[in-house]
Amino acid sequence: MCSGRVDLQFILRALMNNMDGVFIGGCRLGECNYTTQGNYYALGLVNICRKLFQKIGLNPERLEIRFMSSAEGILFVKVVKDFIHKIRELGPLGESEGLSQDLLNLKLQALAKLVPYIRLVERERLRVPEKSEAAYREFFAREDVDRLIDELIVEKLNLSEIMLLLGHGPLSTAELSERLGEKPSEVLHHLSTLSRQGLVRFDLEQKKFAAI
Amino acid sequence: MVEADRHTNIEIFTYTEVESVEGQPGDFRITLTKKPRYIIEDKCTGCTTCVENCPVLIPDPYNQGLCTSKAVHIYFSLAVPLITYIDEECLYLKEKKCKICEAVCGNQAIDFTQKPERVEIKVGAVVLAPGFEIFNPGLKNDYGYGRLPNVITSLDFERLLSSTGPFEGEIRRPSDGRHPKRIAWVQCVGSRRVTPGDNSYCSAVCCTYTQKQVILAKEHDAELEATIFHNDIRSYGKDFEPYFKRAENLPGVRFIRSYVSLGREIPETNNVTLRYATPDQGVKEEEFDLVVLSVGLNPPADALKLAEKFGLQLEPHGFCRVEPTNPVATNQPGIFVSGAFQGPIDIPESVFGASGASSQCGELLNYRRGKLVKEKKYPEEKDVLGQEPRIGVFVCHCGANIGRVINVPEVVEYVKRLPNVVHAQEQLFSCTTNAAKEIIDMVQEKELNRVIIAACSPRTLEPLFQDTLKEAGLNQYLLEMTNIREHCSWVHAKEKENATEKAKDLIRMSVARTTVLEPLREIELPVNKTALVLGGGIAGMTCALSIARQGHEVHLVEKDSELGGVARRIHYTLDGMDVQSYLSDLRSKVYEHPLIHVHTNSEILEATGYVGNFVTRVKSHRGTAGIKHGATVLAIGSREYTPKEYLYGETDKVLTQLELEERLATQDEGLTGSQTFVMIQCVGCRNEERNYCSRVCCSQAVKNALKIKELNPEADVYILYRDMRTYGFREDYYREASERDVKFIRYEPDRAPRVELVSQGGKEFVRVAVTEEIVGQEFGIDADYLVLSSAVLPAKDAEAVSQLFKVTLGPDGFFKEAHVKLRPVEFSTEGVYLCGTAHFPKHIQEVINQANGAASRVLTLLSHDTVTSSGAICVVDEDKCVACAACMTACVYGAIEFRTVGERKAAMVNPAICKGDGLCNAVCPTGAIQLKHFTDEELLSQIDAAGQEEIEEEMEKAVAAM
Repeated sequence: MCSGRVDLQFILRALMNNMDGVFIGGCRLGECNYTTQGNYYALGLVNICRKLFQKIGLNPERLEIRFMSSAEGILFVKVVKDFIHKIRELGPLGESEGLSQDLLNLKLQALAKLVPYIRLVERERLRVPEKSEAAYREFFAREDVDRLIDELIVEKLNLSEIMLLLGHGPLSTAELSERLGEKPSEVLHHLSTLSRQGLVRFDLEQKKFAAI
Repeated sequence: MVEADRHTNIEIFTYTEVESVEGQPGDFRITLTKKPRYIIEDKCTGCTTCVENCPVLIPDPYNQGLCTSKAVHIYFSLAVPLITYIDEECLYLKEKKCKICEAVCGNQAIDFTQKPERVEIKVGAVVLAPGFEIFNPGLKNDYGYGRLPNVITSLDFERLLSSTGPFEGEIRRPSDGRHPKRIAWVQCVGSRRVTPGDNSYCSAVCCTYTQKQVILAKEHDAELEATIFHNDIRSYGKDFEPYFKRAENLPGVRFIRSYVSLGREIPETNNVTLRYATPDQGVKEEEFDLVVLSVGLNPPADALKLAEKFGLQLEPHGFCRVEPTNPVATNQPGIFVSGAFQGPIDIPESVFGASGASSQCGELLNYRRGKLVKEKKYPEEKDVLGQEPRIGVFVCHCGANIGRVINVPEVVEYVKRLPNVVHAQEQLFSCTTNAAKEIIDMVQEKELNRVIIAACSPRTLEPLFQDTLKEAGLNQYLLEMTNIREHCSWVHAKEKENATEKAKDLIRMSVARTTVLEPLREIELPVNKTALVLGGGIAGMTCALSIARQGHEVHLVEKDSELGGVARRIHYTLDGMDVQSYLSDLRSKVYEHPLIHVHTNSEILEATGYVGNFVTRVKSHRGTAGIKHGATVLAIGSREYTPKEYLYGETDKVLTQLELEERLATQDEGLTGSQTFVMIQCVGCRNEERNYCSRVCCSQAVKNALKIKELNPEADVYILYRDMRTYGFREDYYREASERDVKFIRYEPDRAPRVELVSQGGKEFVRVAVTEEIVGQEFGIDADYLVLSSAVLPAKDAEAVSQLFKVTLGPDGFFKEAHVKLRPVEFSTEGVYLCGTAHFPKHIQEVINQANGAASRVLTLLSHDTVTSSGAICVVDEDKCVACAACMTACVYGAIEFRTVGERKAAMVNPAICKGDGLCNAVCPTGAIQLKHFTDEELLSQIDAAGQEEIEEEMEKAVAAM
């Protein structure tokens, strides 16, 4: 099994299980045990995932990837200790970022629901053509890549969050806005998208939105 | 060792010596003497009750006498067989007293009546692998060794570093048990010296093992100061140069190039002072807490006796005399040698030499191959599908390795409470034969359908435990290994409680995964009995010939118009081999062999298929042919670097070593009539761009310098070097060159020689300016010829070939073997092997050794009718597959193809090609493709279990509150 086998859902599952951070160790870049250079997949995943963390209000530092050979014991100890230290400083997941447990769970669940879709986006738009650390760094520092993630994933994420909330029963715009911690205007914008897609309807009697 | 022990065709005699040998190749009768161990092997379980009760303390022979052991003991913790023996220091053996061991042994395994036993065995061939003896600095009290407690040998230090060592891996010095803070290593002790009692040769391994010890010591104690007093640093092996740099760049590590002498011992502290000299500070005396002597390799202690019994000739240093053209062959047909009895060599060379020796035995005995094979029989596999999981957990103490740190009984009690666990127990060593029997018995008794071994890393012993499951009638994929040694007890030795908790966490995670493990099928694939060897140099030809001599057809593919490779430009070797006549002899043997098909002027267009079933398309002037073969050997060689430096190409006064050699071989008069030659070493390597040593150039320079001196004794030859790396017996020729007045001048890379072309009196010469490091003075030499020892580079098409055959290149661009030490002639891509300088620069002897080694590994594959593919591969659920091809883009092996399922397409994995990396699994948007044995479900349940601890604690608190 290669570090490239590490899946976005593994990371999310760890966080849902009250873990405060995830560390991925891979072989040195360019020194693949297979011939697949799969650790670059892991590097790409981490870059995307960190951006998504940011979008849902989590500290991206909670996810770390480092590359080393099995002969580098000292390095391994150092990076793990540093990581543990950093996570201790950051404090418990969600709480330190000002997210309530409910909201955190909602956001993680919404993200988990999108995993298959994120894989498609990764393959179509977010795969770095050149396998080098510099190329990855440069690619994920680009503004248009950020914009792409906003347009293609974050938008969907917002919708996914609303759908999850409406799964428990109809809610008004104000209620949604409160639970999501977002402006009512934003929420209304998402709701209109969802209603165009035929996923929600406005219940006139209750004056609330409901999932279809 | 364990693998050899479990192999049905290997019978091991320990504590046994050869008494006599009779007969001829193919039919030897060997008489062995089994020494009495006073233990009945079948009855001893290795429980060590006798050891605990034995009253006699003896210096522990395994730990260099740095600690004590008992008169009855197991030689070391991983011994095969893992049973005790009784040392001659035993009270009963000496004075007929005691016999406590006999009384306490619950198995009646002690037998003091044992006498030496004579056994006769019949064999077709013999391989001698007696190893080497460590140079003993005690004979002359070198550096006070034997007299001063804090002067130890490198082997002593090796034991100190080891977790099975005298202080369980803590570095403590002999005089007072303190942790030394300042350690000095002294290189070349007993080696590279012509004084009586010392060895004139270089022991070839000490530079790198010292660097390893420095790195490990710094891992033990980051504050430690390490000082290495050395002569030349001989980092000539693959990956050695960066390793040296790594050691050198560690904080608190000094490499000092100086001879050293013993100062004195400081009485109060038992510290030792050493005197040395540096160019800028002159003679200094410095105090150290511990001094490690990097001792060299001697011939095996019983070399003379062995030689006598087997009728062998020894070379002047006392090692076995071997054929230069076949370094595993002795003067006696049918008797081969491998390992350090060939001379001082490192582990990779020993391993491919051992494979080479096995190949030579194969050639000799091929006519009766397979006649004595014993097949292992397994009981029928139980069908566990649909059964409730019944997990058995075996927690190993690994002697003290785990048990000393982790509270194993506590862990066992904890594990018993986990869901689906119906049995949990501890074991002293789960890897022993007895323990395996216990596991099998428990599977029967408790009707286990899944097994967890909580012990060491699965890397080494997983195949062994899988085999145990098969013996118990369970599918081997129902095994899970939890690593509580490397990942726990070894790294948390100082935090026993936390380590115990971590072990519980790890096993709880394993239980979760094991609950959902599925039995998997392995597929038997037929093996095509033909081999394809790419590259027709010495490596390719030797390998092809050895395979063909063992009855297999070989296609030898060469891109050039004739066979021979770079060796066509080499004419003689240091030890006097006539390379061209050897080459033409080898060439005709290859052409004459009926099973070898030579394809010259040929290139590879396409390589497809998988282990046992490759198809390679080869294009030559005869057209294009698709060759079907079961094994592939890549022996594409290397090339000489074309220097950009030192005026090369601008004047015919500047040559490379190969160009010089060609002209020396023809006794070119322009050359032999010249007076002054300057050679510059390390041109194009050991630099930032190529951070490796080309291994052969120092010997090549010495060889050509000696040749110049032979043709014209009056000539002046200067060799400008950084470290002379004439390792092994080549050291003697370096000394000879020096004695014949070849001048060796050392330079530092930041003060590299400067050269200019000068015309004087109608004569053109190269003026070389070099700074001599010790004198610190620059001086000029006017050379008639400047010879560049230019680097050995990977073949031009190495990258293209690596892509065609889907194998890996290392950072230097040479082929990367599956494992540097354990598997040096094969790739991690199954069925593909490598040999020769495509692997790394090496001398002709080493090439031949490795080529025979590769042939042996090829035979291991081709001598079987089928090959088994792993069950831990990817499988597609066709109902979920949307044919998006995401998996196909991720799979560089090309293991995934579309096939038509009814009206639509779906992905399909070829189990023979899939390597089980699981990239496809991570990119599949619908979860249709799953890596078996590491499925989403299996891994997610493990992650869930990791987080359970807190929840459990809360529950326990809640229960307590009620």
